[in-house]
Amino acid sequence: MLKLIKTRLFAQTVFFFLQNPFIKNFFTGEIYRGSAKRVCTPGLNCYSCPAAAMSCPIGAAQLFFAGAKHSISLFVTGILLTAGMVFGRFICGYVCPMGFFQDFIYKIKTPKLRLKLKIARYVKYVVLAVFVIVLPMLILHPLSGLGEAWFCKYICPMGTIFAAFPILASNEALRSLTGGLFAWKTAVALAIIGTSAVIYRFFCRVICPLGAVYSLFNGVALVRMGCDRRKCTSCNRCEKVCNICITPATQPNSPECMRCGNCVRECGGALKIESKSAYDYFSRNNERSH
Amino acid sequence: MRAAFLIIGIVLIICGVVQGEPDEIMRKAVTVCLECIGIG
Repeated sequence: MLKLIKTRLFAQTVFFFLQNPFIKNFFTGEIYRGSAKRVCTPGLNCYSCPAAAMSCPIGAAQLFFAGAKHSISLFVTGILLTAGMVFGRFICGYVCPMGFFQDFIYKIKTPKLRLKLKIARYVKYVVLAVFVIVLPMLILHPLSGLGEAWFCKYICPMGTIFAAFPILASNEALRSLTGGLFAWKTAVALAIIGTSAVIYRFFCRVICPLGAVYSLFNGVALVRMGCDRRKCTSCNRCEKVCNICITPATQPNSPECMRCGNCVRECGGALKIESKSAYDYFSRNNERSH
Repeated sequence: MRAAFLIIGIVLIICGVVQGEPDEIMRKAVTVCLECIGIG
């Protein structure tokens, strides 16, 4: 099962560089301006990050909510719906650069807190509804009639860490414009980094609006986890190794599960990450079996 | 039901492309987002 962990690390590394191939831009402060930015990545990856090749779906969605028409983006919604139905939160575990970053942060030697976050985990749905949808649509500039990207502006640590810090480091003119908002965003980013060193994937579990979207699909996604009840001995080893603090044997498709595979590694063969075939997916028999 | 959602997702992507949404996203994404970097 070491193979699964290595596979995950490899996948995270590959997807990080696929979404952020222009690493040299970190040193120049330039951003990529090519046509790939028409496409949204499935993970949280700020489009102002100098290395980013594609656009962030949450940033793009807010662009339309806050825009002149205050409309929902069909393109972004379609990408999220399709990615969610196929992968669910597998994207959080294997594709998202912010998740990858938090996995690194969690490796820092600090005391660790294993919290179920039973109530706090619902905060991400509030963040999605309020900061991504409602506020950009309702709080409008009196002259332009446009809203603001509230999540990007006031919360998103991805923008602060991977966009603001490298861009401001290499651009003195922009650096001279920083003030209270930058101080606030830096404080939020540092608080999230600090908490993520102690609590596994704190941002994904509590704050991330993209995680909130994908969690809605975890129970029905094509890529899912299964538990063979005939092989399960109820030893609870899966629960002990789960960093998300769920019980994989009884909730293999919990909205919180990011398919990290720790439980599969520990299990004697009852738990496995599986993907339904296209035939299963469209089959009526498959509908009945669930 | 699952297949329906998947098909709806793909149809939404196509509708968005037809309406030119990717171009609108690109116009925003090719400039540094001052809000994102804490200058807004």
